[in-house]
Amino acid sequence: MASLKKYLGVVWILLGIYAGYDRITDSLIKIGSDKLEDRVFGWVVLCVLVPIVVGGLILFGKYALDGEYDS
Amino acid sequence: MSGSKAKKPQAISNRTLFSVISASSVGTLIEWYDFYIFGSLAAILSSQFFPKDNPTAALLSTLATFAAGFVVRPFGALVFGRLGDLVGRKYTFLVTLVLMGGSTFAIGLIPGYATIGFWAPLLVLLLRLIQGLALGGEYGGAATYVAEYAPEGRRGYYTSFIQTTATLGLFVSLGVILLTRESLGVDKFSDWGWRVPFLLSILLVAVSIVIRLRMAESPLFSKLKTEGNLSKNPLAESFGKKQNLKMVLLALFGATAGQGVIWYTGQFYALSFIQKACNIEFVQSNTIVAIALLAATPLFVVFGGLSDRIGRKGIMLAGMALGVLTYRPIYDKMYSLADVSQKQEFTDAQTINRTLAKQENGDLIMTMTTTHFYAGGLVAKDIEKSVTSSNATNAPTKPEITKAVTLPTGSFWLMVLLIFVQVVYVTMVYGPIAAFLVELFPTRIRYTSMSLPYHIGNGIFGGLTPFIATALVATATKANDAVPGSVAKPYLEGLWYPMLVAGVCFVIGLLYLNNKSYSTADD
Repeated sequence: MASLKKYLGVVWILLGIYAGYDRITDSLIKIGSDKLEDRVFGWVVLCVLVPIVVGGLILFGKYALDGEYDS
Repeated sequence: MSGSKAKKPQAISNRTLFSVISASSVGTLIEWYDFYIFGSLAAILSSQFFPKDNPTAALLSTLATFAAGFVVRPFGALVFGRLGDLVGRKYTFLVTLVLMGGSTFAIGLIPGYATIGFWAPLLVLLLRLIQGLALGGEYGGAATYVAEYAPEGRRGYYTSFIQTTATLGLFVSLGVILLTRESLGVDKFSDWGWRVPFLLSILLVAVSIVIRLRMAESPLFSKLKTEGNLSKNPLAESFGKKQNLKMVLLALFGATAGQGVIWYTGQFYALSFIQKACNIEFVQSNTIVAIALLAATPLFVVFGGLSDRIGRKGIMLAGMALGVLTYRPIYDKMYSLADVSQKQEFTDAQTINRTLAKQENGDLIMTMTTTHFYAGGLVAKDIEKSVTSSNATNAPTKPEITKAVTLPTGSFWLMVLLIFVQVVYVTMVYGPIAAFLVELFPTRIRYTSMSLPYHIGNGIFGGLTPFIATALVATATKANDAVPGSVAKPYLEGLWYPMLVAGVCFVIGLLYLNNKSYSTADD
């Protein structure tokens, strides 16, 4: 189980990167939109959700990979 | 430190414990009430405070304001969490209560956009941000305070009373809105009656402040203070040290993010869905949710107490898994209950009613209500409201068309059951989580450390659920309009967000969380 937890760290890092790529692409399209509601939504996702999801998952994955959650 | 744990249950009587729980819960309930009346009245607030010429923009602006209220919550957690770990729990959550009550009361006093122009939405936004900050500080304080009084092995049970307050706060907000609306009538309520629930807050907060002033500081915090063991920099200690930061991340991705989306889907998105996607009439939709909330509320205590015996992890993760597996069939059934395209209409029974009313400014409002009757007892109204300006130079405005579906008794109770099931999931993930969080962190930095993952999970991941889900539905509907049939059921697309977040959280929680009651080494 400890090994599984450790190696899944890579999955969380990749998930963080993918979620960041996906959300940044989507939010940039929305920010460029003519509609006010799309722009607001794009900025909220880009400035709030993306840093937490990307930064958090990558750091969580790194800790998992380092074996910080083994015990 | 274990010695202090052993002494604590003996030193604190049940009477004291229940006064602590009552005082904390009442204040927290009022804070949630204050927070939710804004969301529950979003449609009316958009017409009052945002430009009327574009109702969609107005509504979404309010939703953005709503989101802003959630987005600032983690900042409130940091500011007040730090304060709570430095000066004490009691005074910190007194401050948050005053801020919340004051800003709610002030929203009720702001003149509309028609009177003071852009100052109106600006002031509302500012006050909404203060509400978010206050809520960010309140919950962690209340949960920590109760947990630090509760005996070891019973924290799940005692903190679960705090957990009922969020749902009860929503229930009370819906109840006050419905009562005010019913007693004043729809027109007066839309005109000025919506202010009553906001203004009422000041009375509730005053009562709660008096109760809280009589409370003593938490015993564990007082002990640390006496010993001179308080943290000098709770923020650096909480998030600057790997040993604690890794637990903050685990709490977020293994518990609170999933809890947040399950919580907001079951309570807020469900209400939004039956009002906007199912077009269920205002009073009936609120009644459905209110009954479901009230019926499920005792389960917070049941699952909180159960978590003391079988562990927090299994119950919380089961709630998330059930949400992931059953949301789509549940929402599909909810939609079908109100879907008139699947029902046989008695066209002969259709009625059309026209009314003409003159406003104070001389404008004429014509309302045409077409009532359709369907097999099984469902009634649907198409309400078309058009305004003829008294000023002939004004361009004619587009008629406003709304739908209002009233479910027959059988479908009504089935809808209550479907939402009740979702609220049961909420009670599973939310009932044990306060105890789970307080046990994850030591007393000296507990307020700061537990508040942040809670408010990021609940406030940001959860609070953005209605917003993101609505956007996903809009995108799917647009795609379906462009290529008919490309998305089978666009109204269900919004569920992907909570399902995905809860799914990832379930896997992380399953693998990385321990199914035991964490022991805080310095208690």
